[in-house]
Amino acid sequence: MSHFRADIRQRAEELVALYPRQRSAMLPLLHLAQEQDGYLSDEGIAEVAALTGTTPADVRGTASFYDMFHLEPVGRYVVGVCTNVACLLAGGEELLEHASSTLGCAVGATSDDGLFTLEETECLADCNLAPCVQVNHRYVRTTTPATFDAMVSDLREGRLDHDVPRHGTLIRVKRQGGLRVSKDDIAAERAEALAARTARAEAAAAAAAAQENK
Amino acid sequence: MTDVTRTNVTITVDGHSLEAQPGELLIEVAERAGSYIPRFCYHPRMEPVGVCRMCLVEVDGPRGATLQPACYLKVTDGMNVTTGSDKVKKAQDGVLEFLLANHPLDCPVCDKGGECPLQDQTLAHGSGETRFVEEKRHFVKPIAIGELVLLDRERCIQCSRCTRFASEVAGEAQIAFAGRGDLIEVAPSPTQPFDSIFSGNTVQICPVGALTAKPYRFSARPWDLEQVESTCTTCAVGCRVAVQSSGNRLTRVLGVDSEPVNHGWLCDKGRFTLDSIDGDCDSRDVLSAATRITEPMVRIEGELTPVSWGVALGEAARLLHEAGGADAIGAIGGASLTNEGAFAWERFLRGAIGSENLDAQFGDGLDPVLLQSLPLASIDDAANAPVVLTMTGDLREELPVLFLRLRESFAHHHHTLIELASAPSALRSLASHVLAVRPGETSVIAQALVGATLPVGTLVSESELDAARAALGDGSGVVIVAGRANAAEDQRLVDHAIATLARGLPRAKFLVALRRSNVRGALDMGLAPRLRPGRGFDAASAGRDTHAQLVAMADGTQRTTVVLGGCVIGNVVDVALAARALTAANVIAVTGHGGATLAFADVVLPASVQHERTGTVTNLEGRVTAVAPKISAPGSAWPDVAIAAELALEWGEDLGLGSVELAAQVLEETTGYAALSVLQDQAYDGVVMGMNVTPVARHAMDPMAFPGIRSTKTVGLGDSTGTTTLLDATSGAVTLGATVADVVIAPVDVPLADAYALRLVLARRLYDRGIAMQGSPDVAALVPETTLTVHPRDLDHLGLASGAKVKVRAAATDFEISVLTDETVLRGTCVAPLGTLVDGVNLVASMVDFSSPVTQLRLETP
Amino acid sequence: MASLDAPRIVSSRRDVADSFTLNRYLETGGYVALRRALTMFPEAVAAEVDKASLLGRGGAGFPAGRKWSMLRRSPISYLVVNGDESEPATFKDHYLVERDPHQLVEGVIIAAYALQVTQAFIFLRGEFALGLERVQQALNDAYALGALGSKIFGSNFSLDIVVHPGAGAYICGEETSLLEALEGKRGFPRIKPPFFPAVTGLYGEPTVVNNVETMSNLPWIINNGGEAFAALGAGRSTGTRLFALAGDVKNPGVFELEMVKNSFRDIIFDPALGGGLAEGRTLKAFIPGGVSAPWFGPDQLDTPLGQDEVGALGSMLGSGSIVVMDDASCVVRATWRITKFFSRESCGQCTPCREGSGWIERIMYRLEHGGGRLEDLDLLLDLCDNIAPGLSWPPQQTTICVLGPSIPSSVHSALSMFRDDFVAHVNHGGCPHD
Ligand SMILES: Cc1cc2nc3c(=O)[nH]c(=O)nc-3n(C[C@H](O)[C@H](O)[C@H](O)COP(=O)(O)O)c2cc1C
Ligand code: SF4
Ligand code: FES
Repeated sequence: MSHFRADIRQRAEELVALYPRQRSAMLPLLHLAQEQDGYLSDEGIAEVAALTGTTPADVRGTASFYDMFHLEPVGRYVVGVCTNVACLLAGGEELLEHASSTLGCAVGATSDDGLFTLEETECLADCNLAPCVQVNHRYVRTTTPATFDAMVSDLREGRLDHDVPRHGTLIRVKRQGGLRVSKDDIAAERAEALAARTARAEAAAAAAAAQENK
Repeated sequence: MTDVTRTNVTITVDGHSLEAQPGELLIEVAERAGSYIPRFCYHPRMEPVGVCRMCLVEVDGPRGATLQPACYLKVTDGMNVTTGSDKVKKAQDGVLEFLLANHPLDCPVCDKGGECPLQDQTLAHGSGETRFVEEKRHFVKPIAIGELVLLDRERCIQCSRCTRFASEVAGEAQIAFAGRGDLIEVAPSPTQPFDSIFSGNTVQICPVGALTAKPYRFSARPWDLEQVESTCTTCAVGCRVAVQSSGNRLTRVLGVDSEPVNHGWLCDKGRFTLDSIDGDCDSRDVLSAATRITEPMVRIEGELTPVSWGVALGEAARLLHEAGGADAIGAIGGASLTNEGAFAWERFLRGAIGSENLDAQFGDGLDPVLLQSLPLASIDDAANAPVVLTMTGDLREELPVLFLRLRESFAHHHHTLIELASAPSALRSLASHVLAVRPGETSVIAQALVGATLPVGTLVSESELDAARAALGDGSGVVIVAGRANAAEDQRLVDHAIATLARGLPRAKFLVALRRSNVRGALDMGLAPRLRPGRGFDAASAGRDTHAQLVAMADGTQRTTVVLGGCVIGNVVDVALAARALTAANVIAVTGHGGATLAFADVVLPASVQHERTGTVTNLEGRVTAVAPKISAPGSAWPDVAIAAELALEWGEDLGLGSVELAAQVLEETTGYAALSVLQDQAYDGVVMGMNVTPVARHAMDPMAFPGIRSTKTVGLGDSTGTTTLLDATSGAVTLGATVADVVIAPVDVPLADAYALRLVLARRLYDRGIAMQGSPDVAALVPETTLTVHPRDLDHLGLASGAKVKVRAAATDFEISVLTDETVLRGTCVAPLGTLVDGVNLVASMVDFSSPVTQLRLETP
Repeated sequence: MASLDAPRIVSSRRDVADSFTLNRYLETGGYVALRRALTMFPEAVAAEVDKASLLGRGGAGFPAGRKWSMLRRSPISYLVVNGDESEPATFKDHYLVERDPHQLVEGVIIAAYALQVTQAFIFLRGEFALGLERVQQALNDAYALGALGSKIFGSNFSLDIVVHPGAGAYICGEETSLLEALEGKRGFPRIKPPFFPAVTGLYGEPTVVNNVETMSNLPWIINNGGEAFAALGAGRSTGTRLFALAGDVKNPGVFELEMVKNSFRDIIFDPALGGGLAEGRTLKAFIPGGVSAPWFGPDQLDTPLGQDEVGALGSMLGSGSIVVMDDASCVVRATWRITKFFSRESCGQCTPCREGSGWIERIMYRLEHGGGRLEDLDLLLDLCDNIAPGLSWPPQQTTICVLGPSIPSSVHSALSMFRDDFVAHVNHGGCPHD
């Protein structure tokens, strides 16, 4: 019995098939599990373990290495405010403090209404718009306390539903197309190319030698 | 093993030039030359990872001398290394200071205090003064990460030895690092505790007190301990161990690194079932396996009553005389004896009394003459063989450390594994070829492997068979690991399969995977029909095996039976027959523990057990090693040899084997079988009888690799360091009597599969209800509930789900049991553990159809 | 004055709103280079890149052509593109993946053809959700166009590209850590040797790892020839490069500039570029190449933006990010924040980095927030020395990867340049700026 919804399960199997080794699909699968449950539930972890041929302890240990994965439930919106050096110089710490009071939760905690989880992030690579804020890993490009508060009310009112989807970053665009060439064909193709190259190299060497003899 | 003579690179360490083989690790080359480089994460039995950075040394390179981890760097010709420069010292001191920064200063209350490599390093190198004034990292103090292991994350130095052991050696990553940076921690999954049967190894190799074992915690301080080196006799692998006690109380068993055998690893059963040895000496419940038998007893007016040795021996002798002739006497068991004990009993029963009715196996083994006739492989042979064929039960459950050795060979060296099996095993995922056989088909597939045509109706396809045949070739380089995978399958089917392969693949060698501790030694001592001491064989003789003895006991032909250790009721599959037999005959039980068999015993003679006795044992590959006593046996229990010798005197014959030493001497003089004195004097890794053994240099034991052993005072048998030479046992006078040609095993007809029934596989589990488990409450908690496992499709039509109760219709009785599903179980079969109970009743006997070579069960909704 | 007449190589579609769509890409010359490359022999394509002397744009600055040819003895199995971009204040790859994903994809196909690999991966920082979508869409478009997949544009060359999302860990930018993440593991950097993934990379097979910007240069190089690229810049630093300017400047952003022909002064102060500092502020210090690099002061402003030019002065151009600090900013606070970053991002496997980064961060915290002691300054330097012995540049290291020796850079720089500020923090019992 799959814990994943049918569409997610199918997507998961497609992802596993993309890689030469099943374990490689670990991170995308964890993103998917988070897309469904909002965080990495025990059931989600167990399913990823089965799909990657690993153990739950291994999956959990792997997931916990990465900041984007939540091993405990989080709010509907995870708000990340960067305080790294460029943002620090632009008032990131102050914005984080402000965010904490607007959202009504401490850094690392979730608001009572379960809507927001606030995180202090490392550099989000958007430093020309410092201090930088992401919600569910979508840049919201709000840099002042006033625009931050406006954004929060937009979120509350659902006005940003399109720009800020739920947790998980893979779900909106799906891979289409693919190689669909058999490994044997590729091997033949490669062998042919290699043989041609060797022939060229030999011809070039022979030509060089002939040149020298002259 | 490093062959020191084949050197071909020269490196310079601190100005001294050293010879080494290319590819050797710098840390080992330096150590061999007496330059010990400090370390934490490096462990000689695991791949180096170079993470702790304690072993940094200066190595000259194109950009001048740089700091490199000696544990990871492979030596190359001309390498110039400095291990003692100021720069090296500063780097190493820096690493030590970093390691201590967040390490709690709780050595006085830490289990590892006194044997802690971190503590030792700090005393040796630390500045004694901390510059770290910040708050230390805090975690909740010890958390139980499994039934047997606790984790104190504050003490962890992130060396990754435990997690690497779990994934790299045991192949089950039940613990893994979680988190990142200085918040990194070892963690199991909340949904799957650390219940590996190898969990104790992680405790043993933890270089600090982060991992501790529940059975040992707070039980002793290292400086109170003494130890001897010995061999674990929980199963037939024969791992070398350091047995430690505080006074006369066993406290701990640690794995010793034996190059040909266990590489320092142990299973948790061998490590943690000490409680059963100390046992409950005060209990009067002689039917419980947890009870230690401390006094001789004789049945008086229906009750087993404590008596003196004299009275008990007199009564036993009387029962033997009363039997009225050698053929009315027999003995069952003996695999738990030492070689010397088995020899003494054989000399008494066969030599003095003249009985041929001896059998060390309980009917769940293999044909003894066949066993003794096979060309033998050592564990090393199997681990290095390019092709291994297994036809045995799940080795992880039966012979755990053999599983580790073989797993390494398939997982890391990519040797070819062909698995011929009726039930899933822990090695399956590493197998190159799986030949799935239903119970009863082993023999026909074996025949097909050596050329016969594949009969219709098996699960093996022609292409699978061809692939396996191609891999096996003529048997060169092939090791066949053969055992008894299924106690519900007629033994002769397996014997026949083995004999077929031995004849068809004359160059293949065999590793016989029998589980009982010293079964090989007992057979080598002649404790089976037609065998003779010293691995001898007498073709002209005949005698009763265990099954025949039980039948003869039940019908009154065999009137007096000696039970040599082990519980007949607990071990024989046909419990009903066993009970009838034991009721009808006189029973003399020689045992260290209570058990159901004692309900039938007329005389009980208390014997010393593992860790209480001197002698030798022979492991499954035929390697003879010494066992040593660490504590004295409780009450008036005697060593096996003494009991046999004294009973012989009482019977009227002086065996001349009054002590273990005497028995050993006679054994060697009359048979050439490696004797105790040789082992005590010289041979650390044991002697393989009948095989060539080259000299082996013993590693000096790295305290960092095996913390807890070097720090403990060793008494008795020699210090476990130094270089020793092993005997070339082929020069001995061991009589290898039988050849495969001597073995005649008639084929057995197997009834056709019944489409509505499932064929039963009765498989051994490590955690069973045996003496060791029952007497050790910590470990006993891990014995799983008895369940039946089937392929999900075989349950579908009943409309039942995994975990439901199912009604089983068996030949003898119907019963209910929980059923689980597993896609790796073959369709048309079901798997049940041998020797576990449902509601306290051993169902195994009622499951098995003794009238048929295979057992078929029908499942119904309850 | 800044020299701004060099062509835009990777940011040519900078002013086009829908630059990320296939149509726009095709209209602006997209996939022409790929078609051309496919008519060349693979080794000729590699030779153009070699001629261009294209230095890797990920941080280490190793010539891409040499990386490709060095390994030619054994065929390469995988091409992996490093789009993890997490070095603080670096945001040029972010720009490229969101704004010009087709250019990246085309570059990757060209590189794969040159290397004759049939499987490539684009590892993208997980926080680039939009970038992930855009690159995946570009790949989908490329498959549909026949620029990707089996028998590309009818040639005898097939390729599959998988986008692999990271999940929030700076260390995964380090190439061996990235490969571990791509194998589905914790991002622990691999110990060296082997020094190059080219020898043992993904799944133990030879693998080439290149940065997103490195790849994005390839279409132009094929279209215009390696020599045209090499004609830009000077010395080893050829072509143009994206610089990410951040911190206390009026106009932070990503700028494509010809290498060497411009200096730090140009990029910080030119009105067309950084636009200078806020009114009344003066320059205190700047970090020339990501927070792993040692700092520069006003004296180094005229250093040309060239790899060797910066290297000669004891720092590095690194990831191409420049962080400007004016006289109102607190260097102790900035240093503390940088050490906090390293402490959070240390993978945790090797002792000096795991424990050292945390220890240094805690000392820096005390200095900034109160509780600093004078002896902490020497202690800091000694701890730094235990991670990067000698505190020289390029650094030595006691650690497995070079994240370790990046930790001391800012501490050592700030302490050497602004010791007085540290002492003032001690005397004041915290930050005097607060
Ligand atoms: C700690 C650390 C972080 C790194 N982060 C990145 C990164 O985010 N992106 C990148 O392309 N290279 C990064 N690198 C450099 C890569 O290891 C590698 O050199 C580079 O991807 C090679 O590509 P190139 O030759 O095209 O520059 C990092 C290196 C280290 C040590
Ligand atoms: S230096 Fe830091 S990031 Fe690099 S391997 Fe060591 S602990 Fe990990
Ligand atoms: S790094 Fe060599 S022993 Fe740990």
